[in-house]
Amino acid sequence: MSRDSGAEVVLRLDRITKRFGALTANDAVSLTLRRGEVVALLGENGAGKTTLMNILFGHYVADAGSVEVFGRPLPPGNPRAALAAGVGMVHQHFTLAGNLTVLENIRLGTEGLWSRSYAGAREKVARLSRDFGLSVDPDARVGRLSVGERQRVEILKALYRDARVLILDEPTAVLTPQEAEALFATLRKATARGLSVIFISHKLHEVMGVADRCVVLRHGRVVGEVDTHATDKAALAALMVGGELSLPRAEARTPGPVLMRLDQVSTPDRGAAPGLKAVSLELRAGQITGLAGVSGNGQAALAEIVGGLALPAAGQLWLHGQEPETWTPREALARGVARIPEDRHHQGSIADFDLTENAVLEGYRTRFSRRGWMDWRAARAFAEGIIKGYDVRCPGPETRIRLLSGGNMQKLILGRALAPGPDIILANQPVRGLDVGAIAYVQAQLIAARDRGAAVLLISEDLDEIMSLSDVVHVMSQGRLSPAFARGTMTAAELGLWMAGQKFGEAHAA
Amino acid sequence: MRLETIPNPSAARKVGLPALALLATLGVAMLLALIAGANPFAVLGQIARGALGSKLAILETLNRATPLIFTGLAVAVAFRAKLWNIGAEAQLYAGAIVAVVLGTGALGSPLVLPVSAGAAMLAGAALLLGPVLLKTRLGVDEVVTTLLLNFIMLLFVSYLLEGPMKDPMGMGWPKSPALIPEARLPRIVEGLRLHWGFALAIIAAVAVWVIQTRTTLGFEIRAVGQNPEAARFAGMPVNAVLVKTALLSGGLAALAGWSEVAGLKGHLSSDLSPGFGYTGIIVAMLALLHPLGVVVTAIFVAGIFVGSDAMSRAAGVPTYIADMLLATALLFMVLAILLTKMRVVRG
Repeated sequence: MSRDSGAEVVLRLDRITKRFGALTANDAVSLTLRRGEVVALLGENGAGKTTLMNILFGHYVADAGSVEVFGRPLPPGNPRAALAAGVGMVHQHFTLAGNLTVLENIRLGTEGLWSRSYAGAREKVARLSRDFGLSVDPDARVGRLSVGERQRVEILKALYRDARVLILDEPTAVLTPQEAEALFATLRKATARGLSVIFISHKLHEVMGVADRCVVLRHGRVVGEVDTHATDKAALAALMVGGELSLPRAEARTPGPVLMRLDQVSTPDRGAAPGLKAVSLELRAGQITGLAGVSGNGQAALAEIVGGLALPAAGQLWLHGQEPETWTPREALARGVARIPEDRHHQGSIADFDLTENAVLEGYRTRFSRRGWMDWRAARAFAEGIIKGYDVRCPGPETRIRLLSGGNMQKLILGRALAPGPDIILANQPVRGLDVGAIAYVQAQLIAARDRGAAVLLISEDLDEIMSLSDVVHVMSQGRLSPAFARGTMTAAELGLWMAGQKFGEAHAA
Repeated sequence: MRLETIPNPSAARKVGLPALALLATLGVAMLLALIAGANPFAVLGQIARGALGSKLAILETLNRATPLIFTGLAVAVAFRAKLWNIGAEAQLYAGAIVAVVLGTGALGSPLVLPVSAGAAMLAGAALLLGPVLLKTRLGVDEVVTTLLLNFIMLLFVSYLLEGPMKDPMGMGWPKSPALIPEARLPRIVEGLRLHWGFALAIIAAVAVWVIQTRTTLGFEIRAVGQNPEAARFAGMPVNAVLVKTALLSGGLAALAGWSEVAGLKGHLSSDLSPGFGYTGIIVAMLALLHPLGVVVTAIFVAGIFVGSDAMSRAAGVPTYIADMLLATALLFMVLAILLTKMRVVRG
């Protein structure tokens, strides 16, 4: 990694300002990227990282400011110009066609409509793979590749177009620790060859490991620009949130009785997503059970069963020592199961409903109506209670929930779930995409619920979160569930091996 | 060029754009009149006078609005749940058939009116039950099934009027026997042509509004329409809600046919509805699916039809200027609604 501050400037964002109505998403943001350098763009959700990159890439037009690539100004609002100037972007959500091969995906959009020759392309891709350590079979269908491999295809695609500047948007969100290591190795090779990288993230340890410099955004403004070797995680975190923050630490407790038990539960595979393979799991009162794993390994199927959306195809589900006769979301709610869904926009809330309506989505029939007539007064009082009790920042209960930030939306969902005093809580990715402040708040609420005696199932891709909150950890891989590991008995690297599926074979052999 | 969402559209935008859409519609109307070789201002004036110019004209407009309120409500209720009921025309005829079956002597007074109204609603509801069950059980697109049912129903009505339901005293015309007086909806004011069907339509609109805003069913219908996945996650029985919505929608559409037969015509013929079921879609969309708005837009649409009839007689401009006007109004309105939420940006 080159830290030569005299190196050529490849990209210069100069006092970029972008307003959306009253909100200033970027306020005179300047950023300089030199040849062979990795700059991390750090900030909470809503800090303006994505807006800035969208301006750079021509998706938005800035209200003020300019973008220069290799010393030449980039015309605003023109993604093609950005591509032609050598800027490549790897989005968080991949833009690949699953039914085409790797090579076809890489070529897509760069060759003429009638050109059928793949020889040149094949050679170039092979060379790039070798040079940058991006091993992937050029003739494999993208739909069959793992997430890590798809990301490599995305990077190859950018390199194939001769990108000199790579922008990676939260590249490690979907990777196992081992895959992330491989990505960092690729980035080191790339910078050694003179490429420059902008690395968007909010995971501090990665930023410390891979970046030369950090630019920290808060509320659309640059609040700090530091060399990574001259700072530490605590200082960066403080910059991001604008103050010292205390991570919640869950102390160990003596667990209570088993409230929910899955016994050899299996579900059918769904396309590329594996079903559950004879999963047995116990959720105990007063205990947080953490479920680690790369998403798409059966967590969704497990969450559906715990949350009442699906029945096991084989095996039994026991609730308070008995098998429920019917198992629906309504039944789950009636039996004290609270659900915090993985996707708060599509499952957890209705965008154009106001906060009152969203607050009573689950309880409208039992608690906020009489003989089919809604009791809107009680509903509104309930919503106001959640807004106050869970610190939901909003103009009032008649605000449409789509106008809330992710964190405030999640707080409302949390309040809705916890208000009836549930004794089993399914928390599926409860803090994904939230800012640091909201994360601490949501986690503290889960710990408080556990301390009241609730059994919590915490599903998360974030190993740090799982390891700091859980009393017991399981790992899911390919629909299989690892044994339970007590708090503090496993390192992140060991859990990573389970996540990659390697340990399951060993356990079988032993 | 592409569209960009406006986070908080201003009030000026929300009111101004629909108003602009109405003005643009008027502009197109004048252009059409000009093409037809008439004085544009005179044509507009005659349409307005024909719709609202006299007590008689106003009552005629309200009479014409009655079936449109019912079909508009039927569409608004269904569309609110994203259940695309294009079959209000068929359900209308189902209601009309019931009005004839029960109203030509099978039932005596004074029960005949409420009983036949209830039976008509059941018939309309039953007609939509098939498509909605096909949708919820097998995933069959209800747009196709409800649309095609319209043609099946129209042919079935033709069969009835040529066969079992043909009026023996009808001089060979394909029409049903007349309803007995007890089965007729009385007029609201003696001597004026407006019948109680109009009042019933208003009551229905208020009832639908109350259902949508005050009941658990209404809450479920809106939730299922906005986001079925979230509704299912929250424990709502999504398919059951769709079925209930269909029953309500089919029942409302059937009342349109029932009230036309019992209130206005007194018998069934195959030209009972000049497309009230389809026009109901325009009515509901112009009202943004609001049940009380449906009353307003139904009267507006009816006024354009009635006014165009009168104008056509006086100015010699063909009546299908009314259809073109409504189509234009709908297109401009849809555009205006889109542009209140989005703006066009270059690049």
